[in-house]
Amino acid sequence: MTPATSALLSHANRRDFLVRSGALASSLVIGLYVPIGSRAASGPDPNAAPVPNVFIRLQPDGAVVVIVKFLDMGQGIVTGVATVVAEELDADWSQVRYEYAPANAAIYANSMLGVQGVGSSTSIPSSWLELRKAGAAMRAMLVAAAAKQWSVAPESVTVHQGRVLHGASGRSANFGELAAAASKQPVPRTVALKDPSQFRLIGSRQVRRLDSAAKTAATETFGLDVRLPGMLYAVLARPPRFGATLVSFDPAPARRIDAVKAVVRTPYGIAVLATDTWSAIKGREALRIEWNLQGAESRSTPAMFDAFRKLLDERGAVAGQSGDAATVQAGGRTIEAEFEFPFLAHAPMEPLNAVVEMTGSGATLHTGCQFQTIDQMAVAQELGLKPEQVKVVTYMAGGSFGRRANPAADYVREAAAVLKASGGQRPVQVVWTRQDDLHGGYYRSMFMHRVKARVLPDGAIAEWDHRVVGHSIGEGTPFGQYMIKDGVDYTSVEGANQLPYRVGRFRCDLRSPKKTVPVLWWRSVGYTHATFAVETVMDDLAAAAGKDPVAFRLAAMKDEPRLAAVLKLAAERAGWGTPLPPGRGRGVAAQKSFGTYVAHVAEVSVDARGTMKVERLVCAVDCGIPVNPDLIDAQMEGGAALALTALFYGQITFKDGEVEQNNFDGYPLLRFAQMPKIEVHIVPSAESPTGVGEPPVPTVAPAVANALFAATGRRSRKLPLVAAGIKVLT
Amino acid sequence: MKYSLNVNGKNRAVEAEPEMPLLWALRDSLNETGTKFGCGVAVCGACLVLVDGQPVPSCQTRLKNVGRAKVVTIEGLAGREARAVQQAWRELDVVQCGWCQSGQIVSATALLTRNASPTDAQIDSAMNTVLCRCGTYQRVRAAIHRAAAALASKGQS
Repeated sequence: MTPATSALLSHANRRDFLVRSGALASSLVIGLYVPIGSRAASGPDPNAAPVPNVFIRLQPDGAVVVIVKFLDMGQGIVTGVATVVAEELDADWSQVRYEYAPANAAIYANSMLGVQGVGSSTSIPSSWLELRKAGAAMRAMLVAAAAKQWSVAPESVTVHQGRVLHGASGRSANFGELAAAASKQPVPRTVALKDPSQFRLIGSRQVRRLDSAAKTAATETFGLDVRLPGMLYAVLARPPRFGATLVSFDPAPARRIDAVKAVVRTPYGIAVLATDTWSAIKGREALRIEWNLQGAESRSTPAMFDAFRKLLDERGAVAGQSGDAATVQAGGRTIEAEFEFPFLAHAPMEPLNAVVEMTGSGATLHTGCQFQTIDQMAVAQELGLKPEQVKVVTYMAGGSFGRRANPAADYVREAAAVLKASGGQRPVQVVWTRQDDLHGGYYRSMFMHRVKARVLPDGAIAEWDHRVVGHSIGEGTPFGQYMIKDGVDYTSVEGANQLPYRVGRFRCDLRSPKKTVPVLWWRSVGYTHATFAVETVMDDLAAAAGKDPVAFRLAAMKDEPRLAAVLKLAAERAGWGTPLPPGRGRGVAAQKSFGTYVAHVAEVSVDARGTMKVERLVCAVDCGIPVNPDLIDAQMEGGAALALTALFYGQITFKDGEVEQNNFDGYPLLRFAQMPKIEVHIVPSAESPTGVGEPPVPTVAPAVANALFAATGRRSRKLPLVAAGIKVLT
Repeated sequence: MKYSLNVNGKNRAVEAEPEMPLLWALRDSLNETGTKFGCGVAVCGACLVLVDGQPVPSCQTRLKNVGRAKVVTIEGLAGREARAVQQAWRELDVVQCGWCQSGQIVSATALLTRNASPTDAQIDSAMNTVLCRCGTYQRVRAAIHRAAAALASKGQS
């Protein structure tokens, strides 16, 4: 997805950028212009003159408002971004506030994605220097303003915890008092950034989440909490199978409900609009609809896996290869392993929703917006507007796990279509019920892997042949041209096509059968399945060679010092090698993903009836400079829960083309009492920081599966475990 | 039908069908959006409110059955247990996305109100019906213990 969608960006033309950024600057309390040195290569012009500083607003009351371009869906990025800015600004954390940026790709594009949006754990790595420079430039302008007011040399002025100070004269001022004067200072051409040894906020556990208070008091407004005057609530009746089409419908029974105000047809389904959500849902239940199922997906899950399994027999596109069979030593033991991974729904706790309203100048989208550029364009297309006529207001999102970052912008597009079909007089909030969510597609694709690997008696891996079959996320989307190369969508094979281990002869193939069910990235994407396959096969090879799983990995590892370090750290803190009571086992897995190194050691128990419980997880993570250690802990804790849910229960299955899971009873989540104790150990580092949203997930499931193998000798390669007949403590 | 509900100590008028769940009356009729929709079938706990002090899923509580019962939502939580719970939540930064937290906090407050120093097993039992997709469970547990400790120390003074 790298410089992906620059094609889409062409819509944000330069003149529009100037107009909008001017308008934005004039709305700021002070309109500061500072150079942002790390302009994105995909931005409008890397050599452009200073662009507006739209990352910081100083308020007269002394508050520092950090303007955040990335959606917070729980990962804590508003706190992360604000920490980086406040560090270089030498702000006091108590004065720091945040607000979301408007949609404007020309100034708020994510330099690693090419559009305004967040995904792939790119927020911190893509903005680390940009935000530090913005903070440092603002600090320099405050210093210059103070020096001028006090008629002292700028070099004699310091900034400490939100106050600008002149030591010799004892004068001081807060940011608010200097804000107006600072805005008139020339923009520094270059700024000096702190040496990491000077960091006070970055790396500190004293920095607390900026969103805790509002979320704890439940005063936070999420997208589903948006209430506009005259707003109608809408739900859609969508085709019951993917690919089905509408023949006819009778709206009369729905219209007989008092609160139902309209029933309209859109390209995406029939919408029932009412003055409350419940009446809209009742209205939808009352609709009589005839669907045409010709050409729709009508298979059941076993048939879908059978089709994938046939493809495993054929060679696919080469996703990775190295070594030469002729030079590989014969002998040793061969492991053949076939894996089944089901479709997975993201199921964020806040059901999907979007509000769209017509305004005098165009339209406004209100939602927990993860891909501002894409969603803005989708609304514009549906309403026949130019993208710049669509204002995007971003709210806190009640989870995403990838679902809100959709190149198809499905639920946003729907809301705009409903608004249009209903005449646009009243704002519309489209609400998805949980069943809509689980039936709505954009799942993590089902995948199959088949691995044939051979280990020599000394523990060297002689051969590794890895075949992958699964649907491509990029296929049929504007992102495809950047994601798919030589028939390989890299998100299908990441984690499988390049191993951190030395292999005599290695090959990874991919087959990507045409999609009949929409698929999407699901937290940690390809690694959700690839790491499970690779790290459980590694365990099997260790067992085949009679080696300890940790020692076997370390001996086989290429020159990967950071991966080796997290593996060793997790093993050491977990007491790897120390005796366990009967019925217990430990397992390990390690993976670099999205630039971050993670290892897990899991400890499981199995009782006399064969019921498994995960007793303990020990996690080691190296994400470069730890910006917010407590947020890193939180991501590791939460990522484990998501991964255990998928391992134990996660599956969307089809019966004659229809999804079988309707709610959390059929698609269970890990419960409170099932949460194992998790200990997180962060590796100190001076490397540039990398993200922690995706990386907690990949190694949890294989570590647990390896622990189960250690405890019982049972190896399940079909997920989820409950579908494979393994009992999990509830 | 017209209903007069007792919500957070105030009389609130709602005109809606008798079958409408309290959840939607709160959220859509009264604009009290702190109570969250998660599943609609009482399996996730996001919509928990206190009805006469008992935590109940508002998505399965029909308006016609509410009567004059005292409904307390996250917006109206008060008292020393609620304050201790919310303070512990902030101190430990329990929240991630935050969507389920109303249910977690309502449930934890109800637990501490009836049992000031719950064991881990009692916490498991009380909190097991509130789902969190972000996986904040470990911090929820720690925050409940912290709130219980704070209540105990304040109780002595």
